[in-house]
Amino acid sequence: MNLKHIAALATLTSLALSVSQPAQAKGELVAVSWSNFQEERWKKDETAIKATLAAAGAKYISADAQGSNEKQLADIEALIAKGAKALIILAQDADAILPAVNKAREARIPVVAYDRLIQDGGVLYLTFDNVEVGRMQARAVLAVKPKGNYVFIKGSPTDPNANFLNNGQREVLKAAMDKGDIKIVGEQYTDGWAPEVAQKNMEQILTRNNNKVDAVVASNDGTAGGVVAALRAQNMIGIPVSGQDGDVAALNRVARGEQTVSVWKDARELGKAAANFALQMAGGTKPAEVKGASLWSGGSKKLAIPSVFLKPLPITRDSLKVVIDAGWASKAQVCAGVDAGKLPAGCK
Amino acid sequence: MQTWLAKAGFDVRFTSLVLALALIWLALAIATEGLFLSPRNLYNLSIQTCVTAIMACGMVFIIAARQIDLSVGSQMAFCGMLIAFVQAEWLGAEAPYAWLLSIAIGIVGGMLLGAFQGWWTAYRGVPAFIVTLAGYLMFRGAAFLVADGQTLAPLSTVYQRIGGGIHGSIGPAWSWALGALACAWAIGQVVLARRSRASYNAAMPPAWADAAKALITCAALLGFVGVVCAYPDPGSVGEDGTLVGKGIGVPVLILIGVAMVLTVVARRTRFGRYVFAYGGNPEAALLSGLPTNRVLLTLFMLMGALAAVAAVITTSRLNSGTHSIGQMAELYVIAATVIGGTALAGGTGTIPGAIVGALVIQSLDNGMVLMDVSSAKRQIFIGLILIGAVWFDGLYTRRQIR
Repeated sequence: MNLKHIAALATLTSLALSVSQPAQAKGELVAVSWSNFQEERWKKDETAIKATLAAAGAKYISADAQGSNEKQLADIEALIAKGAKALIILAQDADAILPAVNKAREARIPVVAYDRLIQDGGVLYLTFDNVEVGRMQARAVLAVKPKGNYVFIKGSPTDPNANFLNNGQREVLKAAMDKGDIKIVGEQYTDGWAPEVAQKNMEQILTRNNNKVDAVVASNDGTAGGVVAALRAQNMIGIPVSGQDGDVAALNRVARGEQTVSVWKDARELGKAAANFALQMAGGTKPAEVKGASLWSGGSKKLAIPSVFLKPLPITRDSLKVVIDAGWASKAQVCAGVDAGKLPAGCK
Repeated sequence: MQTWLAKAGFDVRFTSLVLALALIWLALAIATEGLFLSPRNLYNLSIQTCVTAIMACGMVFIIAARQIDLSVGSQMAFCGMLIAFVQAEWLGAEAPYAWLLSIAIGIVGGMLLGAFQGWWTAYRGVPAFIVTLAGYLMFRGAAFLVADGQTLAPLSTVYQRIGGGIHGSIGPAWSWALGALACAWAIGQVVLARRSRASYNAAMPPAWADAAKALITCAALLGFVGVVCAYPDPGSVGEDGTLVGKGIGVPVLILIGVAMVLTVVARRTRFGRYVFAYGGNPEAALLSGLPTNRVLLTLFMLMGALAAVAAVITTSRLNSGTHSIGQMAELYVIAATVIGGTALAGGTGTIPGAIVGALVIQSLDNGMVLMDVSSAKRQIFIGLILIGAVWFDGLYTRRQIR
């Protein structure tokens, strides 16, 4: 047994220790501060957090800041006053939230920065890995089309995630691009992630290349919808197109064979992880010591922040069953209008 | 040259706008090695322009009446979601006539949004800028709520033709027939105008100028038809296996219909005259006994209906309804209207001007993507063109007054 193995074993043991800790958290109060609960998706997160806490015997309290930085600060003070032992914060703003985080530190309450960054080295930043989403999109497209003319339809130029995604996409395609197997024949940002903008850009790219496009790496399902519409007008349906979010419309396109992949970030996994980490940290585990945590300094302030990045799941024609079984979308929705002869596995 | 053009009976403002467009096209054609002027791209351009152009036609009335509507993009999003909801969730996309009903519901929805804004503006005296700024926020939110932020797809196969994609055009035969008809109408107009001027012994532009005018109009119309027919339809296979020409796209037909109706409304109806009279001098209009409140209310309802028509084209082009459509549409629509010569001070503005204005903006956007220019640089360029157009227009008006 060499040194590397011993180190690996040590990490494993510490992991096992930290994972086992939630069981000790009887009756702990865990508080969640939502930035804006109006948006549909957070309800799925909340259900998962509540269920995980209930299973560990902990209690859930929450507050909704309704999109206001000021209200979120007041909310968090109130949650601390109510006796919260751990805080999960979906921050409205990565910087404006800092006074509240400082209050929590004074009260020795650990903080999980939920899905959105908080610019503070003392919190645990938990989100899906956007660079990995980009990698998965490129991988799925590359598997179908290892050679040819590629197009990047990127996200909104004002959204930092758009660049994280594109970095991941390029990372996967780099080798093939350097070899000359893959040529980038068009690349455009999509203002506001708007599908109709993606459609116009795609129409122009197709015109410029006289339809000699073999694959499109689109950054989310909305832009992929615009791309597919542009392809349909040229009778080019069927060339690989990527996306993300697991939109019902996109899953239906995957079933119909119009889109190759929709990378899916399961909100319930995120909620479950947040609840577990909050309980562990309430039990005394340092943010940097939880399972899978590493120091990440990719934020605008280049602070080293202990972070956990969850792996998203690429949903392709072969794995549609996963989203249907998870109750994310119904079978009827996903499989609507698919030719009976070409049903993917999940639809049978 | 201005006086020379004016004497020859040409609208100087409109002519210079068309010349500017021609210059832009020439520049883009050179920069893209002719690709910009290829039949395929001009067909794309004609389709892409329609959404902005249709709403700009309504914005001419709004701005001519010294009002503003900042919410057209949000109205578009809401109407689009309504239409998609009727088709995808309520009746089922392929239910017979569901698409027709969805369009009707969308347009009624747009008119209701317009009525809401018009009521606050006209009967409660809240400035249109504020009311429509509120509408900008509210209707975008309402669009989100229609399906809780989900994208609704797919839509009816018949409905998808409206967007000008596959089977979304009328083919060469009908296109040529329509072009010939329009050409005959343009010549007829010139002849009729000359005859009526002669009967009143009014000053007449020289015959060669009128002939040139008719000739240029015809050449433009038939040239457009020729170009769109030269673009082989990727969705068709002709008798001998070759592709049939595409012809005029359905959105363009809708735009032509809207423009014709609104031109008649502006020139020949009482409502149209009221709008321009009100914009020219609101106090005088009120004191002359014009039903100003009712005019304003109708005006905003008209804008809402046009936003719904724009939503129909956008959703059918996308084959889905998403709440994010129409972002920044209000800015492009207002810019197109202003580039087209509608004065923000009210009282003046033309529908053809607004359409050419929309064409200028979309040409720049379209051509620069062909050149692979990033969206940030495109925005800077279109902004500069907007300032330039208004500056030039002001220069021209001031000289005319002198």
